[in-house]
Amino acid sequence: MRVKRDKVDMAEGDMTPMIDMTFQLIAFFMVLINFAQTEANDHVVLPNSKLVKPPEAPLVFPIVLHVAADGRVYLGGDDYTAETLRIGLDRELAVIRGEGKTPADANVVIRGHKDCAAGEIQEVVRVCQDSQLVNFALRVKEDRS
Amino acid sequence: MKIRNPPTGEKNELNMTSMIDIVFLLLIFFVMTFKIVELEGDFSVKMPLAGTSNSTIDPTELPLKLRLRSDDTGTLVGMELNDIQMGSGPEAFDKLRGTIIGQIGSSAPVPEEAGEGPEVEIDTDYNLRYEYVIRAITAVSGYKDGDQVVKLIEKIKFAKPRR
Repeated sequence: MRVKRDKVDMAEGDMTPMIDMTFQLIAFFMVLINFAQTEANDHVVLPNSKLVKPPEAPLVFPIVLHVAADGRVYLGGDDYTAETLRIGLDRELAVIRGEGKTPADANVVIRGHKDCAAGEIQEVVRVCQDSQLVNFALRVKEDRS
Repeated sequence: MKIRNPPTGEKNELNMTSMIDIVFLLLIFFVMTFKIVELEGDFSVKMPLAGTSNSTIDPTELPLKLRLRSDDTGTLVGMELNDIQMGSGPEAFDKLRGTIIGQIGSSAPVPEEAGEGPEVEIDTDYNLRYEYVIRAITAVSGYKDGDQVVKLIEKIKFAKPRR
């Protein structure tokens, strides 16, 4: 006997509101995404200050040093101690000299952990001074409270 | 004339599946990489190596000496500005700011471009937590008057580290 199959109607939901919402979410995240945050380092929690404001223009030839709570210094993906930091700085200075500039044109950005010993920061400053670097920026988080 | 049996147009349906797949991939990417931005700023400090300056030091322009003392745990236990005791509690930084205002005077703001003005040398114990140093720098650098920032001392340097 031949069985006749009933043709089942395919239930199709209206996808339009979901796609609308999804596009709005994408637009929201695209506007807020900040690729400049690559300067941040997971080992560093910055101290706060009410006086600082985000710089209006980016620093020229920045050398970003992250000083962790245990005193380790992170520079360009490598970690150093205050004694070995000179090796990393020499590498950065070679790039700066290659562009026809002097160490006095560079800006050392020190991102120190709020709980690290102040002496560690002083040691980092001293090593930088030995490399003829004179411009320092102590980076802190803006306190808006 | 009335047209009977008008031709029924074929319904063209686009296949949305691949677009929705990509849209969801994009959404997941943005959600995973999203990070709330914390605004950061800098205290700019110009610190050449000692002894590189050619100019002779005028004894009247000696830097103000800010001494920060700590215990073994890195907590601030004492603060002195040119041997004037400031204390160590939260009110110490307000007292420091008040003393700075009293010493340099608030009536004559220093032009920013001139690079002149008083200087403060921070001499801190090695173990002191960096957070306290930043609070001290904040206190000597200025204060907020409403939305305006009133600047006090912009020239800051560190003394040699105390081991």
